[in-house]
Amino acid sequence: MGYAEFSLSGSKSLLMSKISSINDFVIKFANVNGSGSASANQMFAKGVFRSGIPVSPKNIFPSNIQGLPTWFEVRVNEKGYLGRREGIDIAVAMNPQSYGQDVADLKQGGYLIYDSSWKRDFGRDDINILEIPLTKLCVQEFSNPKQRLLFKNLGYVGLLASILEMDKEIYITLIKEQFKGKEKLIEPNMKALEIGYKYAEENFKNLCDIKVKQSDKTEGLILTSGNDAAGLGCVYGGATICAWYPITPSTSLAESFEKYSEKFRVEIGTDKNKYAFIQAEDELAAMGMTIGANWNGARAFTATSGPGVSLMSEFIGLAYFAEVPAVLFNVQRGGPSTGMPTRTQQSDILSSAYASHGDTKHIMLIPSDPKECFDFAVEAFDLAERYQTPVIVLLDLDLGMNDWSSKQFEWNDLKEYDRGKVLSAKDLDEIEEFGRYLDVDGDGVPYRTYPGTHPQKGAYFTRGTSHDEYARYTEDGGKNAEMLSRLTKKFQTASSTVPAPAFNQKKNTSSIGVVYFGSTDCSMQEALDDLEEQNIDVDAMRIRSFPFNLEVWEFIEDHDLLFIVEQNRDGQMRTLLMAEGGIIPDKLVSILCFDGQPITASYITNKINAHISGTPSVAAS
Amino acid sequence: MTYIVKPKNHHPLLEKNELGLTRRDYEGAVSTLCAGCGHDSISSGIVEACFQLSLESYKVAKLSGIGCSSKAPAYFLNQSHGFNSVHGRMPSVATGAAMANHELLYIGVSGDGDSASIGIGQFIHCARRQLNMTYIVENNGTYGLTKGQFSATNDLESKSKYGDDNLFPSIDLPSMAIQLGASFVARSFSGDKEQLVPLLKAAMSHKGFSFLDIISPCVTFNNHNTSTKSYDYIREHNDSLSKPDFVPLGKEITTDYQQGSSIKVPLHDGSLLSLEKLSEDYDPRDKITAIKSIQESQRDNKVLTGLLYIDPNSKDLKEILNVSDKPLNTMEAKDLCPGSEKLKEINSSLR
Repeated sequence: MGYAEFSLSGSKSLLMSKISSINDFVIKFANVNGSGSASANQMFAKGVFRSGIPVSPKNIFPSNIQGLPTWFEVRVNEKGYLGRREGIDIAVAMNPQSYGQDVADLKQGGYLIYDSSWKRDFGRDDINILEIPLTKLCVQEFSNPKQRLLFKNLGYVGLLASILEMDKEIYITLIKEQFKGKEKLIEPNMKALEIGYKYAEENFKNLCDIKVKQSDKTEGLILTSGNDAAGLGCVYGGATICAWYPITPSTSLAESFEKYSEKFRVEIGTDKNKYAFIQAEDELAAMGMTIGANWNGARAFTATSGPGVSLMSEFIGLAYFAEVPAVLFNVQRGGPSTGMPTRTQQSDILSSAYASHGDTKHIMLIPSDPKECFDFAVEAFDLAERYQTPVIVLLDLDLGMNDWSSKQFEWNDLKEYDRGKVLSAKDLDEIEEFGRYLDVDGDGVPYRTYPGTHPQKGAYFTRGTSHDEYARYTEDGGKNAEMLSRLTKKFQTASSTVPAPAFNQKKNTSSIGVVYFGSTDCSMQEALDDLEEQNIDVDAMRIRSFPFNLEVWEFIEDHDLLFIVEQNRDGQMRTLLMAEGGIIPDKLVSILCFDGQPITASYITNKINAHISGTPSVAAS
Repeated sequence: MTYIVKPKNHHPLLEKNELGLTRRDYEGAVSTLCAGCGHDSISSGIVEACFQLSLESYKVAKLSGIGCSSKAPAYFLNQSHGFNSVHGRMPSVATGAAMANHELLYIGVSGDGDSASIGIGQFIHCARRQLNMTYIVENNGTYGLTKGQFSATNDLESKSKYGDDNLFPSIDLPSMAIQLGASFVARSFSGDKEQLVPLLKAAMSHKGFSFLDIISPCVTFNNHNTSTKSYDYIREHNDSLSKPDFVPLGKEITTDYQQGSSIKVPLHDGSLLSLEKLSEDYDPRDKITAIKSIQESQRDNKVLTGLLYIDPNSKDLKEILNVSDKPLNTMEAKDLCPGSEKLKEINSSLR
């Protein structure tokens, strides 16, 4: 009632068309970056998640700290489709700089919420406009200039809770949780929430036909990011050293390791750390430290993005050739060069698979959701030590930095780390001779020793120069060729134990296959359902690792036409499949998305439809 | 790095140290460096220092980058693990290794190209982080392995073997190291074993970043009469600050010094570094004096050698990061993994 003077502006929305839906919509927040909006937007998403509906919030942010436009898209979908969807149902436009685009993106019948402290005519009469004078309301309620600005964000969260008919208590609880220990902040935050809620209750009753209805579809799910999950996976996987250099979008992975280590890795009694967290001077040093630590028997990793992998490449080659384990997380972003540091891509497939000069190949793990980021982080250390080689875990910005409604993490307390073929002092006493690079077991994987193991036995000289079975320098070309061939054998051995592909073959009768990987998974699940509804029968395979194992080749063999869906320009996975498997290029059709936005289901289905309708012979078979 | 294998049978009367080992037990493979190379003298200095300290070779890790100097770790301490890494990147490999297991002694061997050019960033940050290691630069002012290009430590006035002028001033690594936070900084000369061996022993006993810039003439490319890193030039211009004597823990000082003529610096492990002053009144515990003296000696065309700076109470990286006393590489799943119950709590906190 106190807001009556503004209320007459709220009713401009009595128009012919209104989008109507329950638990299925996309809301886009447009903000100025550095204004504290991200945490309020995140809170909105979490509130929906707690209402039992899967959400996929996506932060679309500039490479900047303050003042530029930033967006936050939340897809709410009861079926659990988490991929990005085109078309905005609700726009919360809080940044006049981007009004033009934000209003244009809104679907017909959609809802525009904006700060009507400064009124605007948006020139569209096919949308519903909900005017709330947020700035004026906050100026009225708060005296601190910083709070006046900041609390506009919670104000619109309150408004949304009202018009979507959500349980306001959920947000009250979230505020209490977020500011636990900082009790003084709870009251003003509640007040901000209430400002928006109350205003909407008084002015927007029954204006919005989009609703959030309590459901139970988030049972067994958590809301977290791939980076957070991977950092936690490193703690569970026994990593003790993280050497890294800040780079978007990988920074929060290293920071997650630090956060969880501070919590779980402090010695009782001494208060000393069972980990070392080292911010290096650059990516070269980060990789050098990772290699030095692994050489000395500690599980160590680094996290970086494409430009960092370029800088680390010399060291990656050393680790490959000298056979030192190392784990590297590459959270991919838009390239080439500095590219789009805050946008997503899967464009480091080839530069990771073959990183470094000379003949090099690396094990890659490609998770598709936070649960798998956690699992593959653990797996990466086992593989790196088992095969004494670098393992690159490929995430991307969308998976790494955005929160996903993911399956819960699981841990088996009986799990033991696979430390690989490491000889103890006792082992050294028992064997006749030690040769660091001797292929004793015929699997291409030699035995190693840690420095300081035995007073007389097991010492060797690690080098990137050509060496023989006893780690001695050699310029004998034949010997060098032998060593390189053994590395190939080792890689082949690895191909049978790296994670197998995941299949999505409802009927397993199609001659058409779809191949995809990583964060594309969420949109692909939706695309496959859409195709099924359209009576287009395809089999699908999600690649989860490199080297490709037998099942990958069998799937390709079993299908006449394969769509390789990737978020890069050049079809890098397709190239890798062709190069490694000698696949005929004509058989592999690229579907590529590289605009820096996560790929959508409709993009995939449209491309597949277009191709199939153009090639009836294949589609009919 | 050679196919010639040293004989394993030693003379029975060779001198033995406290572990019953002879100097031969601390040697490495036969060197393939040029005859007369300063680096070989440094290798034998390291052998002598380790022998005298009765170190257990297998508790030493030797690391290097790329270049003639970086081949050297193959020529000493056969029973130690070695790591010949990539050009200029030894410091980062050593950092990772030392964090994995702080109980070993880390000896890094680098060169002037390796540390003053391609790897200067890593050198700087390793000193700044105060990694507990002995960092040796075998400084010959030239790129030997690529046949005689100037390095960044070559003095401005020092011409190449072929008479080319050097266009840029030299980088002085000890001054940098002092300024960056290294807690033990010395300069020595490969041809002065009396000074070099006690300095090496003290450096290996010091906790923190011990840096030794050792002038080590390149007989093939930088030993001519217009070079300031030739044997002759260094012998003529060597200005030795003090005569160092390293006294291990529990040993008595046997040398007689005149009252006020020596400085005694206790080291972390209880040993003592005694410095007999040779020239001016120089206290190596004073950073400002150290940097000033280095600058003055450069002005006067002298090569200041000896212990330039020491902070006997320094911290090291492990201490700064508050890392456990139990080496990280000995920890197992039971020490490291929080377990399934904690994971359940994490799951519920993410809902």
